[in-house]
Amino acid sequence: MKAMKLTLHIWRQKNAAQPGKMVPYTVEANEHMSFLEMLDVLNETLIEKGEEPVAFDHDCREGICGSCGFVINGIAHGPRPSTTVCQLHMRTFKDGDELYLEPWRAKAFPVVRDLVVDRSAFDRIIAAGGFVSVSTGSAPDGNAIPIPKKFADLAMDAAACIGCGACVAACPNAAAALFTGAKVSHLSLLPQGQPERTQRVLNMVGQVKQEMFGSCTNIGECEAVCPKEIKLEVIARMNRDYLRASWTDRGEAVRDDGI
Amino acid sequence: MELKSKCPSGPIETRWERHKFDLKLVNPANKRKFNIIVVGSGLAGGSASATLAELGYNVKCFCFQDSPRRAHSIAAQGGINAAKNYQNDGDSIYRLFYDTVKGGDFRARESNVYRLAQISVNIIDQCVAQGVPFAREYGGMLTNRSFGGAQVSRTFYARGQTGQQLLIGAYQALERQIGLGKVKMYPRTEMLDLVVIDGKARGIVVRNLITGKVETHLADAVVLGTGGYGNVFYLSTNAKGSNCTSIWRAYKRGAAMANPCYTQIHPTCIPVSGDYQSKLTLMSESLRNDGRIWAPKKQGDKRPANQIPEEERDYYLERRYPSFGNLVPRDVASRNAKTVCDEGRGAGGGLGVYLDFADAIKRLGKQAVKERYGNLFDMYERITGENPYELPMRIYPAIHYTMGGLWVDYNLMTTIPGLYTIGEANFSDHGANRLGASALMQGLADGYFVLPYTIGDYLATTKLEKVDNNHAAVKDAEAKVAQQTKRFLESKGKRTVSSFHRELGKIVWDDCGMARTKAGLEKAIKKIPELREEFWKTVSVLGSGEELNQSLENAGRVADFLEFGELMCRDALHRNESCGGHFREEFQTPEGEAQRNDDDYSYVAAWEYAGPDKTPILNKEPLTFDYVHPSQRSYK
Repeated sequence: MKAMKLTLHIWRQKNAAQPGKMVPYTVEANEHMSFLEMLDVLNETLIEKGEEPVAFDHDCREGICGSCGFVINGIAHGPRPSTTVCQLHMRTFKDGDELYLEPWRAKAFPVVRDLVVDRSAFDRIIAAGGFVSVSTGSAPDGNAIPIPKKFADLAMDAAACIGCGACVAACPNAAAALFTGAKVSHLSLLPQGQPERTQRVLNMVGQVKQEMFGSCTNIGECEAVCPKEIKLEVIARMNRDYLRASWTDRGEAVRDDGI
Repeated sequence: MELKSKCPSGPIETRWERHKFDLKLVNPANKRKFNIIVVGSGLAGGSASATLAELGYNVKCFCFQDSPRRAHSIAAQGGINAAKNYQNDGDSIYRLFYDTVKGGDFRARESNVYRLAQISVNIIDQCVAQGVPFAREYGGMLTNRSFGGAQVSRTFYARGQTGQQLLIGAYQALERQIGLGKVKMYPRTEMLDLVVIDGKARGIVVRNLITGKVETHLADAVVLGTGGYGNVFYLSTNAKGSNCTSIWRAYKRGAAMANPCYTQIHPTCIPVSGDYQSKLTLMSESLRNDGRIWAPKKQGDKRPANQIPEEERDYYLERRYPSFGNLVPRDVASRNAKTVCDEGRGAGGGLGVYLDFADAIKRLGKQAVKERYGNLFDMYERITGENPYELPMRIYPAIHYTMGGLWVDYNLMTTIPGLYTIGEANFSDHGANRLGASALMQGLADGYFVLPYTIGDYLATTKLEKVDNNHAAVKDAEAKVAQQTKRFLESKGKRTVSSFHRELGKIVWDDCGMARTKAGLEKAIKKIPELREEFWKTVSVLGSGEELNQSLENAGRVADFLEFGELMCRDALHRNESCGGHFREEFQTPEGEAQRNDDDYSYVAAWEYAGPDKTPILNKEPLTFDYVHPSQRSYK
């Protein structure tokens, strides 16, 4: 088992109201640890020394809950593609590395403390329209509407989004286009999503603007850091849906067979 | 304490139907006059919150995560069972009922299990309508797989992310109600006590995890959907934040805790690699459909797996259980892995066995294996640095699910009137062992289709006095919470909270894990209170209570585990039999299988809190079986 000694520069900020700064630490790790386990070790040593531990969000540590995430050396979730920071292992790094850890930076994601940010804007985007209005009990049989496998698979690709916010952090405009596009795509690819397709995209994109996310200029940094490999095409699909909805919306459902 | 199960009698097929008719309804115009608190936003809490709001109730939903979408249900990989019989392979509601009662080793209520099997079909319909992208055939129909010991294909799935997709479905339904103003959501808010007034649950005390503010929310009923207590073992497949605090504090307010010793060990997890390890990662059980489990025949064989020739491999599950082979239930698979490792035949001489896909790749081709399990293989590779397409995976059992929980009646109400518990947090439907792909089914059944009916009967028939935040019970609960926070922050110790959690985990894993003995449990029951005392003397919690303080949050959860762990061991000690996830070495058949004792232990053990440092009181709810007659489980 290879041991390694690292220098970490970590963003420390007590709360949203106070300014933060980078603070250097040294930590001893080994190649089998996950990145968050390495931070656990740092925190244990800090507590034993009477210093307050570094706050960071995490929960499942399996790359699916979307709680974790911060920027390592300028890259959201760190250097390994398609990997959340909880599944990043120290074997990706080497002895003597110097790493800079910062929270997601976006106006719509205010810092709560250290590496923890407030991502509730994402929840409000979903509340604005990211659902199918089907109350419990009113569903037809699951096989009543066949769904071509291709569309079910594409919808699943989009629905795999974990809502971590890396796309926003990586975007120079701090846009939420990949996240919103993924959710719009998930539902607009399925027959169940058709009745509300027009209103959904108008409401969700409207909420994105209110949350002060930036505009998408198709740079593609979001796709590059997405741990779930959500493709840029979800943004194109959202834009197409939005454009069509802006022209055709008359406050009622519009027949729409395009994908 | 009297345990009234309120299970209906008569023919099992119509029990739920008749019971629903007998439940009193709340007039539609009156629903908006009732306030309901739901704690937890996973499959159970999220679906219940959304459905109650759709019915017209005012709902407040609380979760400790930053968003309701992050509840640990999201991590379930494999699938959800439903008796649709879409595959025309002989499945039925009765068969799912039968399999679940038998799989639970005859320690669940027949009435509950039958209802669960009936509702399973509605769940799939509801989820499809919400836009859950279940796997489909080319013709557009839903596809199924066989899962964890079932001989029919009744499991619906969405790649290896079924829990995520079902939770997003429930979360979207919940967000819709939040947008409509029918649910008020409180993320990053943790329940720290239950408010009981005139014997009824009337509210909760919570701490806002960002500001540290402690406040009380009052309501007409309280629902707990806060998941299981697997993290008492420290290392488990649960999310780091998963905890027993809400159910434990409800227990201390008078709710009975049932069968805490029924804990499930999942056979296919990635083995532990070091002391710093913070959690264990599950590999979906669906891997056992195509992977073959083996261990070296020789003891202490340290050769790499690919250098061990075929004739020196022992495919021990296929050898011992020819008809079920690698698909035996979880408890059987786990215990056998422990046995071969205890014999010194573990992978590389350590704690682990091989799960080998070489035959599957030969039979189906690499591409087909990749389509079925690609994301799991990628995850394994990320964590271990080994490529499972070339080398067999190493797996070892880990704590995964807890069948025990707060005792509830057929209406899902605890022994405190007005307090309901749903999903993994209750004890109800899985008996002593849960079958694969049944957890998602139970969480959603409780939240979408059971609780929304049964809670109405309570609200319609109970006289609820007006209460406010000045009530003595509120002040008492708030004072208790404030006192605990103060005690933590004033503790002048040096030891971290996690170091105590690790130590507790080791005690319960060694003595109340896969195999238990009287002597081991007695030792644990002595050691845990000592550790608890040490904890309160020497723990270090820095910072203040008026800010985001993750050590403080964790300290409260670990303090509860330090009490809960003792009760779990007491329950395991009192149950002088082996059943399902509870295996006592003294009680096994000559072949080494679990030996039940139906004459003396065919009951639910519901523990009643007796006060600090007092031995809890055991209450028993007898179990009767009118349809599935108890027999020795055999998977040979």
